[in-house]
Amino acid sequence: MSDDVDLGRRQLLQKATALTGAVGAVFVATPFISSWEPSARAKAMGAPVEIDIAKLEPGAMLKVEWRGKPVWVVRRTPEMLASLKADTSLLADPDSNASVQPEYAKNTARASKEEYLVLLGVCTHLGCSPSAKFTPGDVTVQADWPGGFYCPCHGSKFDLAGRVFKGVPAPLNLAVPPYSFASATKIVVGADTKAA
Amino acid sequence: MANTDKTQAPPSGGLYGWICARFPLDSLVRDHLSEYYAPKNFNVWYYFGALAIVVLMIQLLTGIFLTMNYKPSAQEAFSSVEYIMRDVQWGWLIRYMHSTGASAFFIVVYLHMFRALMYGSYRAPRELLWILGMVIYLALMAEAFMGYLLPWGNMSFWGAQVIVNLFSTIPVVGDSLVEWIRGDYYISDITLNRFFALHVIALPLILVFLVVAHILALHEVGSNNPDGIEIKKLKNEKGIPLDGIAFHPYYTVKDTFGLGVFLIVFCGIVFFAPTVGGLFLEAPNFDPANPMQTPPHIAPVWYFTPFYAMLRAVPSFAGTQVWGVIVMFSAIALLFFLPWLDKSPVKSIRYKGPITKFMLGVFAVSFVVLAVCGMKPPQGIYPLLARIFTVTYFLFFLLMPWYSRIDSTKTVPSRVTYNVDEH
Repeated sequence: MSDDVDLGRRQLLQKATALTGAVGAVFVATPFISSWEPSARAKAMGAPVEIDIAKLEPGAMLKVEWRGKPVWVVRRTPEMLASLKADTSLLADPDSNASVQPEYAKNTARASKEEYLVLLGVCTHLGCSPSAKFTPGDVTVQADWPGGFYCPCHGSKFDLAGRVFKGVPAPLNLAVPPYSFASATKIVVGADTKAA
Repeated sequence: MANTDKTQAPPSGGLYGWICARFPLDSLVRDHLSEYYAPKNFNVWYYFGALAIVVLMIQLLTGIFLTMNYKPSAQEAFSSVEYIMRDVQWGWLIRYMHSTGASAFFIVVYLHMFRALMYGSYRAPRELLWILGMVIYLALMAEAFMGYLLPWGNMSFWGAQVIVNLFSTIPVVGDSLVEWIRGDYYISDITLNRFFALHVIALPLILVFLVVAHILALHEVGSNNPDGIEIKKLKNEKGIPLDGIAFHPYYTVKDTFGLGVFLIVFCGIVFFAPTVGGLFLEAPNFDPANPMQTPPHIAPVWYFTPFYAMLRAVPSFAGTQVWGVIVMFSAIALLFFLPWLDKSPVKSIRYKGPITKFMLGVFAVSFVVLAVCGMKPPQGIYPLLARIFTVTYFLFFLLMPWYSRIDSTKTVPSRVTYNVDEH
């Protein structure tokens, strides 16, 4: 009777072996996949940065690096702020409902202090860094340009609060990073609270 | 088809015989070279498969020597490439061979693929052969993309930024996926280091494995030809196809001639115009990577521009720009389904009707126009052209089940056309 092969038993053992092996493979894969996540050092280097805005003139822009991305601080003039309240029908998301910003920047000026605009200088299309085109009527952008930011990669346009215009590839307004004022002349980017 | 005639014993004497008693060298040579019968009517379009293998060899050889002096770190990468160019003996030649080889690879692969489109080489029984070829194409694109980051020029950096961010458009998991790919909050030293590992180890191994699988699949089903006739249907008394000739010596000699012509052009570019006016090596890449400054105009290297043009042609919709990414990936995914989209009773363009010929022409024109649009800034006529030709590119595939069925065809002869005086 030893010639009789119990096929059912053999199949069960084959399946059980394969399943155990598959579970083992998932466990073995875990450290390899996790090793691709940001390392402890990369996380530490993503800590908040301080920006001194004491010498920033009205109408000027400051660029700093935070987490390898450009962060812009623009000190807006009253004229620049006035342009934000003009025709909002050309904007895709004028009230920043779909866009990324902290709660204190979800307003027309997209800032906690109207005068200072803090933005991530990264296009919401595919991550290029838009150029500052503050001069109204700058013909390198378009004839009736109200002033704002223009992305040279794919032609997306943003106003002076980083709000995106309609009919361009970028879907959302430029993101506002979490920030706070450590003093009247110091902005901390990357932390909401002063205890950064 | 693998040689089934195993009656012929391998040689028993000498070193060759000693090896053959221990390793299937003799049967490998016979199955894949001296007794692999290919149709006798191959034309110029049949050079590009063999040339692709040669370019792969060039890339492997020059790549190994480049890694001997290249440093995969954000601090040193750019200057180590300059070191290769200026200080390493003949380093400039090795690097220009590698950079020209990258573009040459895509030129021969695109021509190889267009050959398959013309002569129906993707049709049954060659569907898997075609799919393996498409997987090679995908692996090649990944290899080229990761290789382009390594010089750490400003275009390397921003090109990688744009392409990696394509994945961030995927709903829900996009952002964490991108963080996982980069291993950081931006394209950093960490990203460069892992792309280097993938570029020099993982993907070359995968490519070589896939190429072997592609050739094995080809030799199993046999080569197609410009007439799209299955030569295995008519065989002589020895089982050799009437229209077949041995790959070696006939096609090894032909391919060697083609290689000579290819190398003349290749060397001309390497020695006299390695950047090809910014086409093979882009000008902004002679500046080191600068995360704070996007180049005035970002364009990938020419071989990605048709798909890049499609990406830009699609506007954002419903608060997301995932649509352009979907269109771009679909443009490549559709190629995988070609064997099942083509319902024509004949394979080769020679016996297909005017509608099919027209559509193939439309496809070729669309691809070239999109490539040009992808290189230009998104202004003026280019966004409109990109939109029109994205549509025509897709129509070639999406209408194929219809036009390939209703189009007229000519009668396919039983023997291949062979325009040489036969004596």
